Amino acid sequence: MIARHETRRLFVELQALERTRDELNEEWGRLQLEQSTWAINDRIEAFARTKLGMKMPERSSVVLLAK
Amino acid sequence: MKLRTLQPLYPLRRWLIMGLFLCGMLVLSSRAVYLQLLNNDFLKEHGDARSIRVVEIPAHRGVIVDRNGEQLAMSTPVDSIWVTPRKVFEDVERLPELAKVMGMTVKDLHEILRDRISREFIYLKRHANPDLVEEVQGLGIRGVSTQREYKRYYPAAEVTSHIIGFTNIDDQGQEGLELAYDNWLSGKPGKKRVLKDRLNRIVENIESIESSEPGKELTLSIDRRVQYLAYRELAAAVKYHQARGGSLVMLNIRTGEIMAMVGQPSYNPNNRQSLKSHFYRNRAVTDVFEPGSTMKPFTITAGLESGIYKPHSAINTSPGYLKVGDHTIRDARNYGKIDVSTVITKSSNVGASKIALSLEPEQYWDVLSSFGFGQPTGSGFPGESSGALSPFNTWSDVEMATMSFGYGLSVTPLQLAQAYSVLATGGVMLPVSFIKVNGSVSGKRVIPESIARQVRKMLETVVSSKGTGKRAAIRGYRVIGKTGTVHKSVRGGYSDDRYLSLFAGIAPASEPRFAMVVLIDEPRGDHHYGGIVAAPVFSRVMEGTFRILNIPPDDLPAFTSPIMANSYKPDQLQGFD
Repeated sequence: MIARHETRRLFVELQALERTRDELNEEWGRLQLEQSTWAINDRIEAFARTKLGMKMPERSSVVLLAK
Repeated sequence: MKLRTLQPLYPLRRWLIMGLFLCGMLVLSSRAVYLQLLNNDFLKEHGDARSIRVVEIPAHRGVIVDRNGEQLAMSTPVDSIWVTPRKVFEDVERLPELAKVMGMTVKDLHEILRDRISREFIYLKRHANPDLVEEVQGLGIRGVSTQREYKRYYPAAEVTSHIIGFTNIDDQGQEGLELAYDNWLSGKPGKKRVLKDRLNRIVENIESIESSEPGKELTLSIDRRVQYLAYRELAAAVKYHQARGGSLVMLNIRTGEIMAMVGQPSYNPNNRQSLKSHFYRNRAVTDVFEPGSTMKPFTITAGLESGIYKPHSAINTSPGYLKVGDHTIRDARNYGKIDVSTVITKSSNVGASKIALSLEPEQYWDVLSSFGFGQPTGSGFPGESSGALSPFNTWSDVEMATMSFGYGLSVTPLQLAQAYSVLATGGVMLPVSFIKVNGSVSGKRVIPESIARQVRKMLETVVSSKGTGKRAAIRGYRVIGKTGTVHKSVRGGYSDDRYLSLFAGIAPASEPRFAMVVLIDEPRGDHHYGGIVAAPVFSRVMEGTFRILNIPPDDLPAFTSPIMANSYKPDQLQGFD
């Protein structure tokens, strides 16, 4: 009887912990998603070109370092 | 005093009452024995049946990520609202509240519930948004419950939809890799025993019967950045040339991995209510086309492998046409006497036909099928087509001749890319893979290395100022490839004004890394030549890929010469071998 009670108690605890784990996993997924949405190449490229005034280097200004 | 005198006078009555009590006690205790000892199991079973339930623990479907671990498909938790109609009617005056929250009319809701009165479980709304779920839960109406489910979300949406496919509302794979790897991705739902009260709320978790196993992660071979780039460039070209559609496949030469695969028109897998199924098709794998001139390198390979031809063997293409049976094969103009390399550079149909006709059909067939034509690539993609290469013993001369420049057989864009990567690897065929490959891959040698090198060298002339594919050039890199402009087959022959524009190529030439096939279906703008419509897409996607993946340039003079730095001309790309 005691063992059974203990099993149930531990199971309830396990469930609670699993729920916490799932919630944390979900949040992690959401954050990862958010991060990747902000980091899309197109967005960064547009940002660099417009806000930061960056551009592709001119052909004449490329210097190649050979090994 | 009076009572006292009466008390001892009725012993009989006293015994009678005592006896009745005793009888009562006997009845009760025997009933108790019956219930507690004899009939215990039966009753316990029924008690449990009324309060203890086995419920499913939903398993989380595995995420799909690209080769760098960026998420491409993930399951997010959502709640579905369900009801037991009979119980809702017990509290019928609250129906209007529920209808209001659900955005239904009371009449509709009433009807829905009444028609299903005998059912224990009906969904009112699946994958409801969280606000609605909260509102419904807040009402606390009897017989209305929510259930945790998972909904698939695709962050890259239409950019990856043709590869990944999608799942249905029950999170089972329906299309694409979601379908092909359904077993891998879907977890095993578990079971647990719980104690529920009259309102169907879980009071207590009792025990786990089977723990749920979450689905496994699937790592694809594609690079999301390259995929985005390819999607953007292909979509722009399709739009600019007012084409019906297009496909692009890019393979990693060293591993056989698919780096990018996009198709047009595409669809958004997160919202596909109004879509027809033909949008779902991954054209790069399921649709076949006649490869046209992009076929010529394989004809040349067969010619070289037979030993009859060397790269500088002369072929007389005069007078610019060739009669085979009652069919006439034409070149754009009379090229006269040219060598095998020039057959590729000028894309001479007559030259290719002459080479093919001098071969044994079986020999030619062997070479073509060793490049994978007519065979599935083994990618495992659902609905993959294996193209069509008819058996050589049915070939007539006309068929052999037309096949030499890519008519009369059909391939998928993926097959063509794989065939070009055989040239790039130096004659080794690697299995194509949608899944990231770790470690080295063993392939099968299908043509000698020297021949692959010779054919590559011929193809480099195509992407020169004299060649048809000069718009595929990338500054600082040597590119090899072949253009194709194919008349589409229509009923009763070939169309005069409907084309496929193709470019298939490999880069960088000195140490090939990627093979790519670009196909634009029925461009309706001013141009339809593969060299004008498809080649620029190749150039832009390949150049961007080199930048993203830091592939060093292999055509250094294009950078270091000060003259070239100021006035760059594509013809200066050649001759640095």
